[in-house]
Amino acid sequence: MSIPTDTHKLTFDAVRPGDVLPELRYDVTATTVVLGALATRDTRPMHHDHDFAVNRNGTRDIFLNTPNQAAWFERYLTDWSGPYGRLGRMKFRMLGSVFPGDTMVLSAAVEHVETDDVGCGWATVLVRLTVDGDLKTDCTARIALPVDHDDNPWTRRGDEWRP
Amino acid sequence: MTDTSTLPAEVEALIGRVQYEETGEFPVERGYIWTSCASVENGNPLFWDDDTAGEITAGPIAPPTMLSVWFRPHHWAPGRTQQALPLQVHFDLKELFGLPEAIMSDNTIVFHEPVRPGDVLRTRQILRSVSEPKTTKLGSGRFWVIDVEYANQRDELVGVESYTGFGYKRETS
Repeated sequence: MSIPTDTHKLTFDAVRPGDVLPELRYDVTATTVVLGALATRDTRPMHHDHDFAVNRNGTRDIFLNTPNQAAWFERYLTDWSGPYGRLGRMKFRMLGSVFPGDTMVLSAAVEHVETDDVGCGWATVLVRLTVDGDLKTDCTARIALPVDHDDNPWTRRGDEWRP
Repeated sequence: MTDTSTLPAEVEALIGRVQYEETGEFPVERGYIWTSCASVENGNPLFWDDDTAGEITAGPIAPPTMLSVWFRPHHWAPGRTQQALPLQVHFDLKELFGLPEAIMSDNTIVFHEPVRPGDVLRTRQILRSVSEPKTTKLGSGRFWVIDVEYANQRDELVGVESYTGFGYKRETS
């Protein structure tokens, strides 16, 4: 295994409203769904049992669970920000399910940037998870970015951290 | 969202009440951190490289979105007579309203202190609201909002999750 060492540091001053993040495309398989359920310790059958999903839940197949979708959003955002980016808040809304055989596409744009009262730089990013152009989940994330190359949002504690 | 006039008194009494204060069944551990990262191909060096984690986060941390992972009960445990369920308030409401199916429609997570390997977290659940009866394409039922608060062994708040669930009966055709 090679240890990842990419510590690129996206700073607050480099981000503007309207900036578009690089798209992430991923072919979802049954393994993706089951591994996501396993990784989140979720043994509910609609995330591994096709028959249950179809005949009890009334869905087409097993589908990605909520905590694993959150993990996909986190990975997508920190691929962009680098490890100094610190998530403060995520709100997401599931509009449809993501099934094996789907190619999910994560795309995003910066909606808003602000510096709060304690000097922390924040970007609000709207992330969309789509399949064949249909919106399945949208996510509004608030992520803290270093205000300059000497800043590190992870050092903020107590009242200095206002997510 | 809450319309208490349509709610049974036993449900109304649950709104705002702290329930199910629990301690996690196991300490936060790196095996699960790596399994989670593998499931979404997350190469953030904070989770793989101790030198980077030492420099940026003063040591290893867990991905913030793993909050709920640390409270999923074991699927089986010695002496347990019935299956333990995460987000028990959600399942209580399904039972109370006689709604056999449910989905989660919205989820908000607010992240506070980082969670670190070795932490033993505590949680508590608070029902915030219950809707009047609704019909969607899935069926007829009710929406509800449940907050789950998480703290570490130093009583520091590490996060709050708010879930909107929809419990329902499928329409018979």
